[in-house]
Amino acid sequence: MKIKSPKEFWAGLMFIAFGLFFLIVSMKSYQLGTAVRMGPGYFPAVLGGILAVLGLLTFFQGLTLEGPKVPKMHLRPIFFISLALILFGYLMKPLGFVIACVLLIVVSAFGGHEFRWKEVTLLSVLMVIFSVLVFVKGLTLPFPLWPAFLG
Amino acid sequence: MDASLISNLALGFGVAFEWVNLLYCLIGVILGTLIGVLPGIGPVATIAMLLPITFTLSPVAALIMLAGIYYGAQYGGSTSAILVNLPGESSSVVTCLDGYQMARQGRAGPALFTAAVGSFFAGCLATLVVAMFAPPLAEVALKFGPAEYFSLMVLGLVAAVVLAHGSLVKAIAMVILGLLLGLIGTDVNSGVLRFAFGVSELADGIGFVTVAMGVFGTAEIVTNLEMKDEREVFTGKVTHLWPTKEDFKRIWKPILRGTVLGSALGILPGGGALLASFGAYTLEKKISKYGHEFGKGAIEGVAAPEAANNAGAQTSFIPLLTLGIPSNAVMALMIGAMMIQGIAPGPQVMNEKPQLFWGMIASMWIGNAMLVILNLPLIGMWIKLLTVPYRILFPSILLFMSIGVFSLSNQPFDVLLMMMMGLLGYVFVKLECEAAPLMLGFILGPLMEENLRRAMLLSRGDPIVFLTKPISGTFLVLSVLLIVILALPSLRKKREEAFQE
Repeated sequence: MKIKSPKEFWAGLMFIAFGLFFLIVSMKSYQLGTAVRMGPGYFPAVLGGILAVLGLLTFFQGLTLEGPKVPKMHLRPIFFISLALILFGYLMKPLGFVIACVLLIVVSAFGGHEFRWKEVTLLSVLMVIFSVLVFVKGLTLPFPLWPAFLG
Repeated sequence: MDASLISNLALGFGVAFEWVNLLYCLIGVILGTLIGVLPGIGPVATIAMLLPITFTLSPVAALIMLAGIYYGAQYGGSTSAILVNLPGESSSVVTCLDGYQMARQGRAGPALFTAAVGSFFAGCLATLVVAMFAPPLAEVALKFGPAEYFSLMVLGLVAAVVLAHGSLVKAIAMVILGLLLGLIGTDVNSGVLRFAFGVSELADGIGFVTVAMGVFGTAEIVTNLEMKDEREVFTGKVTHLWPTKEDFKRIWKPILRGTVLGSALGILPGGGALLASFGAYTLEKKISKYGHEFGKGAIEGVAAPEAANNAGAQTSFIPLLTLGIPSNAVMALMIGAMMIQGIAPGPQVMNEKPQLFWGMIASMWIGNAMLVILNLPLIGMWIKLLTVPYRILFPSILLFMSIGVFSLSNQPFDVLLMMMMGLLGYVFVKLECEAAPLMLGFILGPLMEENLRRAMLLSRGDPIVFLTKPISGTFLVLSVLLIVILALPSLRKKREEAFQE
């Protein structure tokens, strides 16, 4: 077995995995019902089945048709952007809006090609002021501004 | 044109000219131009970002602003396409071809002028098309039952597949995956919590804003960060905007053709600005007597697609306003905006909320007029923006997206979900699986299941009703035809060529 078109090959595997997941969970955990009175499992089971079949088709295309390689995954941006989002989400309530914003900007900026402390500091200050004025004061979104233990 | 149309438009303009609505229209088109100019953020992410905020506005103002963002982005997108050879917006991809060449020849001014005037003309005409075709279509749609709705959605999804790049099978698989993701959450009929695995935050399902920001916003930022920031901006060279007499002679026909084609393609479910601009460019290249100049700075190559993408952006509101069915990801977000305001999208909107319906249509014309002013005399301001490096832009974009997502339910979980959708979206990019069909499937998933259940209940489990009901049958036959045509080898090649250009 030789992979001729890696993009199709991996996409096929992904679709098969998703399809089987939805198919099996629907069959096992939810009532299927009948075509007249469909249960909660009916539609997802059918769709999951179709998805698995389409995945299989794509998988075989990956073995038969020539195609380009999967481009390289760049881990640096993925890592820093994801980390920035998690920090923002989970630190908003304990540490407040201001700190969460600064963290998001500084951490995500590490995901770029170059990191200049001066620039990032200035950007953080400006964005925090802007966001507090527009979102918290202007649009009155219910975010705590400062850490919970200070208030 | 009948009398009711005029009185309806008069009602609409009355609403649109209220100062609050004018203000939000202006905010919308400015934001739209801004994100259109800036590469790396599109109307989908912006509208998704602003959606939670619209809750505080009146329904009319909210929809007027969001619509302004969408067609404003079409104007702004052409600016960066012409000056930087970067499409600020996906529908401006073809404008890069000739627009950038014109800029290199020192004719950036006339190219910008042509883009703006073409867009304005198309916008005016397409607004009329919406006003004329929406009411009769809504009348027909009022008679639709669950079977018709189901089949129409099938047609819409098939059309979305047609528009996707690359493999047909992969695009269909993406639609199905989208439908499945849309089913996560509480099942309305049985109250059963599906695919939540004990995560209480999933009871209401995954918010489409979260999905859109993940697969379009976050994934796009990560993809952009892989590329080096290399931009060549023609800043000093935009001196004279006014085209020559010869230019005028050459552009008026392409603008007209682009408008007509764009309006028609925009109405199609799955259509919209992107398909319109590609279609218009290909058509113009074929029939223009300057066809050999295309790709080397032909002014027609700017005029036709720019007119078409704006016309398509406007007429893609028709399926939304008359059937309650989104034809693309932006329209799907508009449905979300309507639901936030407690309005069920569908044919009844026109009769029950005429101020909203006609006010929005009238605002499109006003918005287009504002855009011409924003884009021509103020062009210098937008050019300055183009010089802002991406390393400053992307953290800001990410911040706005996170604030928007967090504010949806004030829970960290939504931000986490956006991150995961971003990772998935990044994998999609690498495997050349297009996210747009997935998004459309995601929105339509629960609606389709609901209508399928109802239709099957009414027909006592006999699936043949989908074919025997005339309207529903027609939709399904059309869907099958579309797939068959696409699967034919000769056309498949053509489609690939069209996307290559």
